[in-house]
Amino acid sequence: MRFHGLRHAATLCILAAIAANPASAKTISVSAGTPDANEKLQEALILAEPGDTVELGAGTWKLTDGLSLDVNNVTVRGAGAGEGGSILDFSGQQGAGEGLLVTSDDVFLTGFAVLNTKGDGIKSKGADRIVYYRLRVEWTAGPKATNGAYGVYPVESTDVLIDSVFVRGASDAGIYVGQSKNIVVRDSIAQENVAGIEIENSFDADVHDNIATRNTGGILVFDLPSLPQQGGHNVRVFENVVNDNSTPNFAPKGNIVASVPTGTGVLVMANRNVEIFDNVFDLNGTANVMIVGYRYDHKDPNYQPLPKQIVVRGNQHGKAGYAPAFDGADQIAAALGGSLPPVLWDGAGDAVVLDDVGVLSLGLPDIKTPRSEAKPQPANLKGTPPARLPEIKLPESMEAKVK
Amino acid sequence: MKRLAAALAAALLCASGASAVSEPLPDQAVIDGATMPAKLSAFGLFRPGTSEPLPALLPYDLNTPLFSDYAEKHRAIWMPPGESAPIMRDGNPSFPVGTVIVKSFGWPDWNGGRPVETRLLIRRASGWVALPYIWDADGKDASLAIAGRRVPVTFKSPDGASHSINYAVPNKNQCKECHSLKGEIVPIGPKAGNMDFAASRGRSDFSRFFTWPANRIAPMPRWNDPKSGSVADRARAYLAVNCSHCHNPEGSASNSGLFLRWTDPVNVNYGIGKRPTAAGRGSGGMDFAIAPGDPDHSFLIYRLESLDPGIAMPEVGRSTVHSEGAALLRQWIAEMPKDAH
Repeated sequence: MRFHGLRHAATLCILAAIAANPASAKTISVSAGTPDANEKLQEALILAEPGDTVELGAGTWKLTDGLSLDVNNVTVRGAGAGEGGSILDFSGQQGAGEGLLVTSDDVFLTGFAVLNTKGDGIKSKGADRIVYYRLRVEWTAGPKATNGAYGVYPVESTDVLIDSVFVRGASDAGIYVGQSKNIVVRDSIAQENVAGIEIENSFDADVHDNIATRNTGGILVFDLPSLPQQGGHNVRVFENVVNDNSTPNFAPKGNIVASVPTGTGVLVMANRNVEIFDNVFDLNGTANVMIVGYRYDHKDPNYQPLPKQIVVRGNQHGKAGYAPAFDGADQIAAALGGSLPPVLWDGAGDAVVLDDVGVLSLGLPDIKTPRSEAKPQPANLKGTPPARLPEIKLPESMEAKVK
Repeated sequence: MKRLAAALAAALLCASGASAVSEPLPDQAVIDGATMPAKLSAFGLFRPGTSEPLPALLPYDLNTPLFSDYAEKHRAIWMPPGESAPIMRDGNPSFPVGTVIVKSFGWPDWNGGRPVETRLLIRRASGWVALPYIWDADGKDASLAIAGRRVPVTFKSPDGASHSINYAVPNKNQCKECHSLKGEIVPIGPKAGNMDFAASRGRSDFSRFFTWPANRIAPMPRWNDPKSGSVADRARAYLAVNCSHCHNPEGSASNSGLFLRWTDPVNVNYGIGKRPTAAGRGSGGMDFAIAPGDPDHSFLIYRLESLDPGIAMPEVGRSTVHSEGAALLRQWIAEMPKDAH
């Protein structure tokens, strides 16, 4: 187990001082105490030119409207994400679906906090090569159904790096990457969200060295129908700590994460080639790892609802399955002597589980069979896994920003 | 709009009466230049010291307009002399470089009916540029508000209800959020099927602005005029105009998979039986965007009737509920057969 976050933290102060910028680049500094700070900050984000840095002063910014950035290759840098840093407080937000929206490429966001937005925290759409680094997105009252949906929310982007962020309280997913390609989520903490980290309808992702704790579900890898990009595949979830995901589900009903049982560690739904390895699991009351098909009605002939070629290996399993929270789980647990094994599979698609722990199949190979007709039985999923997935490589320009 | 028509008629009379005198024209050099003038007057689009567009501009209306907090919008187009916009087969005009689309927002019962803001959409050689201007207190000129601003206004809606809101003048990026196709700014209002030139068709110079294709383009219904279309057609026109600039495969809401263009088929990607994607609290605890026959369990309605920024749709440009528009959509959904999905 190694933690990049700790290593990075030790060297951060030195590196921040030598951030490389083109010679013509300028720094636009905005202070939290400026009258009309909201307008001035938005103005800076609009007037910035490629290569520029918009510098957020320390202090608490009381913002009434969402911010947006649509200029390529801009850095937004604050004085820190913790106490005494640059705190963007959206408690009084009157408009916009998120706190900060980025729609341009090569943007670097670092060193600030976004608090209590009405909708999403930070969203980036069609923003290639975006780097989220040392940020905090938080709903400070903790889990509440009235909190915004996503904390950190890149979507429809190629090359995404989320590194050393802290997200707490999202009523959907703390860190959510949707319909994107080539993704790394690392060294981050997702705590007390419905889903800690979610990779959805995305291709080629590494999720590693994160801590997903006290969420409803720790890390989700989902694929949903009727969306522009689907067929999620090639996702590696490794060397994470996924523990105590015990927060009762507080997502608004109807959203897919509202169906996540409390006490889920990693949940894979309808993807192919997902590898879950070398993680540390503990205290996930439903299951440490759950592998399922998409069992809702849909009318999308191109959609593939089964999990395929899912691999579970080398993980460390602490206590699991002692408080399973899906319909009918009580009876199954009672039949099995009070608790479920750490790995749960609904019986659809295929998976290889090499971990030396029990696997329970719900015996529902046909995706159209309702879960109420489960025929639970222990399963042996040991077998030969497919070839290992390659490591995700991001463009050097992105890694340089966090070195 | 009657008042507007009268004003225009007066302006036309003046123009024809003074035809020997050369009519003032906008400042094409500023329009074509690369600057973002601090004052609206720099463009010379209005009569000096007023918010009244020059008679040289072509006013127009829309059959079904975008709802903007019940604001009355005065629209006009400028194209450089000798240039015109051919209407393409898809109904989109192809505007020449040098075009300016001018839209002023105000309320008849607020501040003497004077506009609060004027938005310009300028076709420059490099592409379209969107600039928001807020009118100065004396109403003689307007100032660039590139970062937008909230302006407190009070007005009555058609049902007689009084509204006091912090009206949001959009910032430059928010202009683009709606006016965006494949990441580039484009006009969204002036489409041949939705433009109404009743106020200007009789002008002698009308034909200099637009050239129409041989095939007639069917007009889009007026959302609030039952004579112009069925409930379903008017509801679809309302969604096309109010939602589809984002909700299309190349717009700001492309990732939602909810596509509401006038030409889109009414199926799951139109919201029928469509589960929430990234709706968050916007789902309101409901399973479907549109549940046929059941507007109370259709979260599309829930979002249109909400003012909470974490729920409300559209995400920008609305601080009041358009209850008449929502009522039309409710009726449309209520009349759908329940087994439509």
